[in-house]
Order: sequence, then structure tokens, then C-alpha cells
Amino acid sequence: MDTFVDLLNPIFAFGLPIAASIPLGIWAARALDVPDERAGKGIDKIPTSLVALFAGKTPEKMNWKRYATSLLWFNLILFILSFLILLAQPFLPFNPDGKPALSGDLIYNTVCSFVTNTNLQHYSGEQHLSYFSQLAGVVWLQFVTPACGLAAMLATIRGLRGDDHLGDFYVDLFRSLIYLFLPCCLVVAIALAATGVPMTFAGSVKAAFPGMDEQTIARGPVAAEVAIKQLGTNGGGFFGPNSAHPFENPSPLSNMIEVCSIIVLPMASIVMLGIMLKARRHAVVIFGVMLSLVVAGAIVAIAFENRPNAAVAGLPVVAGPNLEGKEVRLGATASATWAAITTATSNGSVDAMHDSLNPLGGLVPMSLMMFNVAFSGIGAGFENMLVYIIVAVFLAGLMVGRTPEYLGKKVEAREVKYAMLALLIHPLLICVATAIFASTAWGKGTVANPGPHGFSEILYEFTSSAANNGSGFEGLSDNNVPWNVAAGIVLLLGRFPALILPLAIAGSLSKKQRVPTTSGTLRSDTPTFAGMLLGTVILVGALSFLPAVVLGPIADHVERSAAQAKPGDTKAPDAKPGDTKTPDAKPGDTKTPDAEPDDSKAPDAKKADSTDSNIKADVSNNTGANSTNITLTGVNKS
Amino acid sequence: MFKSIFRAIAASVITLLICSAAYPATVWFLARVVCPRQAEGSLIYGRDRSVIGSELIARPFKGAGYFQPRPSAVDYKADAAGGSNLGSNNPDLRAKVKERAAALGASDESPAPIDLVTASGSGLDPHIGVEAAYYQAPRIAAERKKTVAEIKALIDRSIDRSGQIWGAQPRVNVLMLNIELDQISYTR
Repeated sequence: MDTFVDLLNPIFAFGLPIAASIPLGIWAARALDVPDERAGKGIDKIPTSLVALFAGKTPEKMNWKRYATSLLWFNLILFILSFLILLAQPFLPFNPDGKPALSGDLIYNTVCSFVTNTNLQHYSGEQHLSYFSQLAGVVWLQFVTPACGLAAMLATIRGLRGDDHLGDFYVDLFRSLIYLFLPCCLVVAIALAATGVPMTFAGSVKAAFPGMDEQTIARGPVAAEVAIKQLGTNGGGFFGPNSAHPFENPSPLSNMIEVCSIIVLPMASIVMLGIMLKARRHAVVIFGVMLSLVVAGAIVAIAFENRPNAAVAGLPVVAGPNLEGKEVRLGATASATWAAITTATSNGSVDAMHDSLNPLGGLVPMSLMMFNVAFSGIGAGFENMLVYIIVAVFLAGLMVGRTPEYLGKKVEAREVKYAMLALLIHPLLICVATAIFASTAWGKGTVANPGPHGFSEILYEFTSSAANNGSGFEGLSDNNVPWNVAAGIVLLLGRFPALILPLAIAGSLSKKQRVPTTSGTLRSDTPTFAGMLLGTVILVGALSFLPAVVLGPIADHVERSAAQAKPGDTKAPDAKPGDTKTPDAKPGDTKTPDAEPDDSKAPDAKKADSTDSNIKADVSNNTGANSTNITLTGVNKS
Repeated sequence: MFKSIFRAIAASVITLLICSAAYPATVWFLARVVCPRQAEGSLIYGRDRSVIGSELIARPFKGAGYFQPRPSAVDYKADAAGGSNLGSNNPDLRAKVKERAAALGASDESPAPIDLVTASGSGLDPHIGVEAAYYQAPRIAAERKKTVAEIKALIDRSIDRSGQIWGAQPRVNVLMLNIELDQISYTR
């Protein structure tokens, strides 16, 4: 295969959305951030009059607490209504294939997953859901939850800007639905239908070919769902294999439309941020930090997925990229690019099975979800990044011995406390939940692959839940009570504190006097600050997750290299001497947590690490064993 | 508090009507106008107007006189699609690849194409690479009493090169190729 031709895919997949995000961001700032004197006039009449049907005629002037409680009430009702819709599935219309009722724990998990804009699916769409559930349960939440994220971001920006109020939650919700999500989705849905994505209310069709068994082909209103699945950083597909399914992603063209749709609105939201704050250079810094993380991830994933799968080493097979779990029309490079983009944003749709990625190829989606700031969810991405910005200005303030400032406001104890809380929840959820499941039958009995890869499946599932991503190492048997309940809890705790705490920070900052800019002010729109921010993200991420990552994907990779270095497998294409150095280099990395006491710059990150249980694994190299041969001992350092 | 709950319920009902009724109905209507064949699932009909399959969904062609699609982890069930989800160090994956390579008669002199020994992500991948089609040509030529050159010419006519501008590789749709094949040599 000609890898250089393949590389056109990532060039387009990054270039097109970057170009489109600028006009979309300008449009979003204009249509969504309407100043009080223009509210309800011109095009703003439609959303405000819809809100006027059930609330006041003029948009309310909410403070951060009122805004946050409106958002939470709305989400509570979403939870209850969608629960009822899924519960009533057998009695509702648009069920041509007669899909039966779902179990209570599965409904709970599904509702948690969709209300949190995650779309982790413990069900399989074409097997479990009727068309009514797909549209009224899934598509509805796929529209309103990213709109909630965007509303939280709009309010946060108004707070940072120092407005006297943060806007009206419901007006923001309807503005974003009507002027951003619906128009974009209509265009993308029709374009996808033209490439071959079905859009029908007819049931599955039976196909007979002479001399073959009959084949039942499931279909449905797929195009409408795939459009919002991609544009709303949702990721929940109509079919079990998501966008690897030819009906969700029939051609290279549909793949390009979808991969661009995944990242274009999260990018546009950062452009909108720059316009709303009148701080374009600051937005460029944030955009650049986010983009560098996802591009780096894509490069690593492309490099590793174009290497052969360890399973074919020494067998009479043409050396080529890892195609297990991938589609021929997409290929390894496009699938690896997608894997990075879908996990950097909190989308989580997949066009290849992440469970079958090469070990270090699979490390990329996992790490991007652990960072959870490279564009991430619409709105939620900036909320996450704001936490890191506060920590970065705080660290920078400590270094130069000045009270830290952000956008001309003093950052003090209260803001840093909120930021630390938001920062700690993410690793705490992932590491504690993974430790519990990796050490009990709840997790050990459900993994599909032996050895470190089985541990990776558990780690990935909780990382994806906490990051509100929704992709999975799908070999895991996760449709059972312990997984449905535990993942549901992680999903909720991964979403709402991460939305509300930054809003609280903005609410607190908005009341402060603006301090004049002097030559001593730490500027947040310079390359130096970009480096500081990137460093904070990587340092905190690495300190929090390295032990877990070493036990999973890195141990998996070491096992592969060790197996290939065996004398019998001389044909192994990867058994280059250089490769054996990778495992030697990695154990050194595990020492990072021990080196902490010297690392006075990151006292908070240290805290994050000591709260996690440190997991030590004894990874047996016996590849023949079919059971999960990891033994785990939780050691709490504090 | 009751006011808050009422507003949340009202907003839910209005958004539900917009997002789950008006939006899909619009998409459905426009799709029927713009691309009715694709909207129904790109179905392929036989001479008697019965459905043979979908252009986009792989069918298990197991006879030696047909091109084989890629292996499927779900036995080509188009109502329960999925991949193998086997990790690269899983001995089961290695055993499966070995078995598939042996079934294709692969040897060190004529190694099997990678797409014919690995399962696709959906289990319904309708395509194989051009090399994977060429690889099967001698077997099909022998079975259908044609020359290898004739079969290769048929493959060349069926190559789908769309998407090369964004890095897609040329590929062949197995179902369409087999239908073409039956037209040049009807053997059953």
C-alpha cells in the first residue's frame, strides 16, 4: 500500500474543518451571543418566541447559580423522560422489527450515557432499539446535550468577560439548536444519504441469493442519526459497529464528511470564544494547544497502525498494515486518523474496532481521553481547558511570585479550589473504578482478551466513561448489572461537575474588579503561555495516568516485542534490534511518580497521584494462557 | 421550584418535537427526493424483482467459483454486525489468521493478502483490495474454465477508485463482482 497517498486523508481531515471552523465560529458568535438590546429582534425572534411559550417574554438575566440550576433541572427531566421512552419501547410505534423491552440496568446505563453527551453503548442499536427509541430517545438527546454544553460555555465566557449577567439558559439552548445544530445536521444528513446511508422507516429486508443462506439486512432512519452523532460530539451509532458499518459510512467520501463533522464544531467553538472575549490571540493559543495534542496523537496512531498486527508475524501473509477490525474502503491511515480525532473531541464514534488496534495505536485514543482537553465536547472542551488554564496561571504566578491573573481578573483561592476539584475528579474516577473492576470478578470475568490487553479493556471503558467519550474496547462484555451501574455513575460524575465548576469559576471571576495590564502582567496570548499550558496538561495527565497506562497498552506492546524477538519467529517484520529498546525505556517512565518530591512546581498534580491507588501488576508473559493473568494489588501511597 | 420543573418539562417537549419529529421527517422527505435508492439501503434486485442483497453489505460467497469477501467475526449477520475485538497478542487471533491463510492455500511463495485473513470491523465489509481479488483469480478461472487473464480483466473493469483524492485505496465490491462474474459464465 502506498502510505504517502494515504497521508492525504489526515491532511484533509484536519485542513477542511480548520478552514470551516472560522466562518462557523463567526456565525456562532453572532447568532448565539446576542447583546441585550438586540435580543428577540431579527433572526433572534424564533428562539426567543419558542422560549416565550413557557417562560418570560424577554430573556432572563441569570447569575451563575440560576443558570446552573436551570441546566441541571433540564437535564434531570431529560433523564426521566428518556428513561420512560426506552422503558415503553415495546408499546410505542415505529417498531417494524418488533424489538422487545430492555432490561432496567441497561436503560439506566443508556440514559446516563446519552444525557451526559457520551453515547457509550452497552446495547447494539440494530438488535435492541426500535426506530422510535432511536429517534425519540437517542437523536433527541444527541441534539440537546451538546446544546447544553455549548450553553454552559456561553455563560462561562460571559462571566469571564465580566458581563453583569450570564444570559438565559433556555434562550441559549434554543439559539444553538436552531442556528447551529439543526442547519448543520440537515446539510450533513442529506449529503450522507446521497453517499448511501439509508434513511427509511421500513423494517429490515430479507435478501436471498441463489445457493446462499438468506440474509436479514437491518436498516432504518440512519442518515438523520449519523449527522447529529458526528456534529454534536455524541458518537452513538445506529448500528453496533458504529461508523465501521457500511450503512453508517459507505465510502471514503462519507468517511471524510463524517470525520470533518466530528471536529468542526468543537473547533468553531474556540473561534467563537476569541470573538466573544475580543481576545483572538488568546483563542489562537488555546486552539494551538488543542490542535497540537490531537495532531501528535494522529501521527503516533498512523505510524503504529501501518505496522503489521503481531498476530500475523511469521505466517504466510503479505506484510501490510493492521487491518483486523478495519474496513478496506477506509484503510489503516484513515482509521487511525479517525481514532485520534474521535477521542480528542469527546465524540467516540469509531470507524475501526479500537480493541483490535495495535497496542500503542490503542494507547493514542486512551491518552487523548485521559487529557480530555483537545477540543473535547462542544462547550465541555473549553470548560475542561479553563480548569487547566487556571492551574497554569496559578503555577506561573507561583514561579514569578505574583498573584496570578486571567483576562485581567485576579485568580485567588476560591477559583483554584474549584479548578483543583474539577481536575481531580477525572483521574480519581478512572483510576479508582478501574482498580475495583480489575481486582474483582466484575471486571476480570468480562474481558475478551488475555493479559495486559484485558486490563486495557477495563481501563479504556472507564476512561471513555469519565471523559464522556463513548468509544470502547468493545470486546468487553459490558451489558450486565455491575458494568451498567458503575459506568453510569462514572458517566454522571464525569459530566456535571466538569460543566458546573468552571461556570462557578467564571461566576466568581465576573464579580471582580479588572486589574490594569502592566509590564508585569503574565500574558495569556503568547507562545510562552501556550508552552506553559501544554506543559501543565501533559504533566498532570502523565502524573495521573502513567502507572495505569504502563500496565495496559505498554505492557501489551512489550509482550508483542518479546514474542517477536523469539528465535522461531525470525520472519517477524518488526523484530528490528531498535524495537527491543522500547520496553527498556518504558520502565524508567514509571519512576515519574517517585520523582515527585523534587517536583515542587506541581504540588497539586502530586495530590492527584497520591489519591489514586497505585496499581502494580505482575504481567506474566505466558501468551498461551487464556485467562486474565494479571494480579493486582492496590497500594495507597498516602 | 415548580416553575423550574415546569419550564424544564416544557422545553423538553418542544425540543423533542423539533429534534425527533420535524428534523427526521425533513431528512426523510429530502432523502426520498434526492436519492431514493440509497435511502432504502442501496438494495440490489434480481430478475424476478426479489432482493438479492445490498450493494453495501457483504454476503458470504462460499462456493469456490465465487470471489470471497473478507472474513466476518459475526458470520455476515447483517442484523447483528460487529468485529472480532481480538487484541493483537491474543492467541485466538493468531490461530484464526493461520487457519484462514491455510484455507486460502497460502505459502511463503504466495502469501495471502492481509485483508483476506483479517476480519473487518463491521463483519460486513463489502470490499476487498485489488490484490486480494487478483489472488483469487486463478482459483475462479479454474473453477469456471476461463483463463486467468479473462478473470483479471473482469476485476480491472470493477475497480472502484473513488476517494483517491483523500487517500482511499482502489478496491473491488465483492457482491457486484460476483454478479458480473455470473453474467460472463453462468455455472451452478
